[in-house]
Amino acid sequence: MKMKKILTVAAIAVFIAGTLYLLQCLVVPKYMGDVVEGNFMAEYYDSGKDHDVIFIGDCEVYENFSPQVLWDQYGINSYIRGSAQQLVSQSYYVLEDTLKYEKPDVVVFSVLAVPYNEPPKESYNRMTLDGMRWSRTKIDAILTSMTEDEQFLDYIFPLLRYHSRITELTADDFTYLFHRDPVSHNGYYMRVDARPAENIPEGRPLPDYSIDAAQMDWLEKIRLLCEENDVELVLIKAPSLYPYWYDQWEEQIADYAEKHHLLYINLLALRDEAGLDYQTDTYDGGLHLNLAGAEKLSRYFGAILQEKCGLADRRNEAPLSIFWEDQAAWYAKDRKMQEEEIAKEGR
Amino acid sequence: MSITSYGFLLFAGVLLLLYYIVPRRFQWCLLLIASYVFYAFSGVRYLGYILATTLCTYGASRIMGRLKDRQETFLKENKAILDREDRKFYKASVKKRQKRWLTAALLFNFGILAVIKYGNFVIGNVGALFGVPGDDLFFRLVLPLGISFYTFQTTGYLIDLYRGDYEPEKNFFRFSLFVSFFPQLIQGPISRFGALKDELYGKHAFDRRQVAFGLQRMLYGFFKKMVIADRIMTGLSTISGDPTVYTGAYAFAGMIFYAIDLYMDFSGGIDIVIGFSQALGIRLPENFRQPYFAVSLKDYWHRWHITLCDWFKDYVFYPISTSPRLLGLSKKLKAAGHGGLARRITVYTGNLTVWTLTGVWHGAAWNFIIWGLLNGCFLLLSQEMEPLYRRFYARFPALKENKPWKAFRILRTFLFVSLLCMFDYYSGAAAAGQAMASMVTQFNPAVLVDGSLLEIGLTAWDYGILLLSLILVFIVSLLKERGLSVRERIAARPLPVRVLVWYGLFLIVLLFGAYGIGYDASQFIYNQF
Repeated sequence: MKMKKILTVAAIAVFIAGTLYLLQCLVVPKYMGDVVEGNFMAEYYDSGKDHDVIFIGDCEVYENFSPQVLWDQYGINSYIRGSAQQLVSQSYYVLEDTLKYEKPDVVVFSVLAVPYNEPPKESYNRMTLDGMRWSRTKIDAILTSMTEDEQFLDYIFPLLRYHSRITELTADDFTYLFHRDPVSHNGYYMRVDARPAENIPEGRPLPDYSIDAAQMDWLEKIRLLCEENDVELVLIKAPSLYPYWYDQWEEQIADYAEKHHLLYINLLALRDEAGLDYQTDTYDGGLHLNLAGAEKLSRYFGAILQEKCGLADRRNEAPLSIFWEDQAAWYAKDRKMQEEEIAKEGR
Repeated sequence: MSITSYGFLLFAGVLLLLYYIVPRRFQWCLLLIASYVFYAFSGVRYLGYILATTLCTYGASRIMGRLKDRQETFLKENKAILDREDRKFYKASVKKRQKRWLTAALLFNFGILAVIKYGNFVIGNVGALFGVPGDDLFFRLVLPLGISFYTFQTTGYLIDLYRGDYEPEKNFFRFSLFVSFFPQLIQGPISRFGALKDELYGKHAFDRRQVAFGLQRMLYGFFKKMVIADRIMTGLSTISGDPTVYTGAYAFAGMIFYAIDLYMDFSGGIDIVIGFSQALGIRLPENFRQPYFAVSLKDYWHRWHITLCDWFKDYVFYPISTSPRLLGLSKKLKAAGHGGLARRITVYTGNLTVWTLTGVWHGAAWNFIIWGLLNGCFLLLSQEMEPLYRRFYARFPALKENKPWKAFRILRTFLFVSLLCMFDYYSGAAAAGQAMASMVTQFNPAVLVDGSLLEIGLTAWDYGILLLSLILVFIVSLLKERGLSVRERIAARPLPVRVLVWYGLFLIVLLFGAYGIGYDASQFIYNQF
């Protein structure tokens, strides 16, 4: 009798836990449609952990550099850990998280977010943080990033946050109930379409051009973290025409880099040297590069990385070559699919 | 801390655990600490208000108690030398002194409430009367949590004490718990000391059934509040937000939605409060008895916010209608041959005072006062028509037990109550009047069925969820109306069935509750009363 009762209670517990888990899997956003950025963070954990270069930052890294080209051209094994509107503080935690798994030779950090100091937004927080594996780092990242309306518990049990999606479910929610297809190419978000840059607005005058001290503190923490882990930190400004990059900001970042003997490369200033043509190499009028632009920039930047950071060509390493051959196939397939879609829809 | 927040659930969970772990003689101490911690969450600076009321009431009650003790001792010691007249005189003088303390304490407690809650209303109206803008003089004060509830509760305590209904509580901390017991601070019910003291200060052993029943009632409260009230709120805000656009059938829909929202919000909150108290082994008085099954306005007010109505009846209506002055006036009128007026003067005065105060209690605005007075007037009208009703039923006796007739009376009462509630729903009396008028002059029933109601912020899903939820509440209410306890019936079922029922309700709240960052979490309507 007692055993029967224990079994009943155990069965009920399993039933409750199972249904809650199932419901959670069902309602969390799958990010498999238009907004695929939400899957970037989690994809990293499935990749190999022997990268030479890790890119850290927001869309200025994941839309502008192609790790495939870096490998094909220079034998650099790289990964981009970026997500939409990733805050500097979040970049710090993403780096900390990455360094738990591997010690790359170089970390390339995009500085756009440092002066911009965008306030955290819940949807972007989610895209950056949900995909991170649970660790002390993730907890710190959540606590640092949460907006006033957010609750920590919602991160532990995403069902509480996304419960209202139960009335908005799509076929994707069932298809990707327990798995996701890869959406990036080692963190690179491929876009083949093109929209020329026209009428890029000038930056409007700001009352104060000094970069917020708290933001600089996060940058300093990133630098120290790299130093502690014997990783070379390279700062870059990607060649996006917009959001506007002020000279005053450039000066402050350049000074910081000089003070700490860091390599800082303003690729926006070097866009002509990189061969970028904003009539054909951007898909959204100059904000981000498309595949053609990202490949040109990667060819240009790969050479700098190899020259300035002394990265070895690893194309002779068999396991890596096999991995990148597979990646190249998926890279080509994705490109072809997008080209076919463009041809079909006439974009 | 909202009682539908994660914070409250955590707070309640930890308290419940500790409550049954600590030695039983310390349970009330734990509740007192928890109550003050809970209150501090609403703002540490507000602790001063509740402490001031507690200290004042406690001080006055102790003095009144001491006067009574002294009187008893004096009368006992001087039994031999005092004749009946001396004793009567002495008692009257003590009563007078008690009354002074009672009045002082009431003035102090109501003074705080009046300044905080009604100060700006008075300044604004006096200013308007003299053509002076009062805005600059307004108090920049935020209403402390539950101030009306604890002020009324302490007032009831002092009056009962003055009447000699019970002895004053001597232990200050125990008394503080009576004032600050946190579940009822949120939105009532308004308890009486005589009924609550044994519940609060008693030793409560863990009773699995009581705890389970309490938690189940909380869950049902969350369902009413989060799935129904908070979901319907979006549509309500749209309609009341622009009464010039949302007229006619929209106003009618808003009227019905508001009646649903008000009941689900308030009674849902009360279910959570009473349920949690029950889990602690503390019985609080019921505040609702299926009010929308009422067959008349009078019946409705016997079922809605019962503890407030009882409070007004005991501490305002009876003292006024039986006051020596009013009874004297009534006698004079009777002697002058105005029998009808003499009979009515006491009831009318008591009734209209009560309903004006009820309106004022609900909010410092004219729309609430109008709402209160209308309720009072219609109740009196209904009373005047009593002979007519009697004649009607004498002629059609079968109607008394006729179900369709009863259903008609229920529907009529619901619509009438909903109509009056429009004064509460809209931001001002003018807007409410405008909306009411539009229901007659611009009523376009097509709006109710042509999909227009899908454009007020509620989707087809929302309507579906609301409809099914309301059917569930209706069935539960009907069973309760017939004297059946739903929880008792479910408890009699095998464990898997019980789990399915309660877990099912939990999932409904979890999935269909309007909570979290995706929603603008609405506070309880009665929180600030």
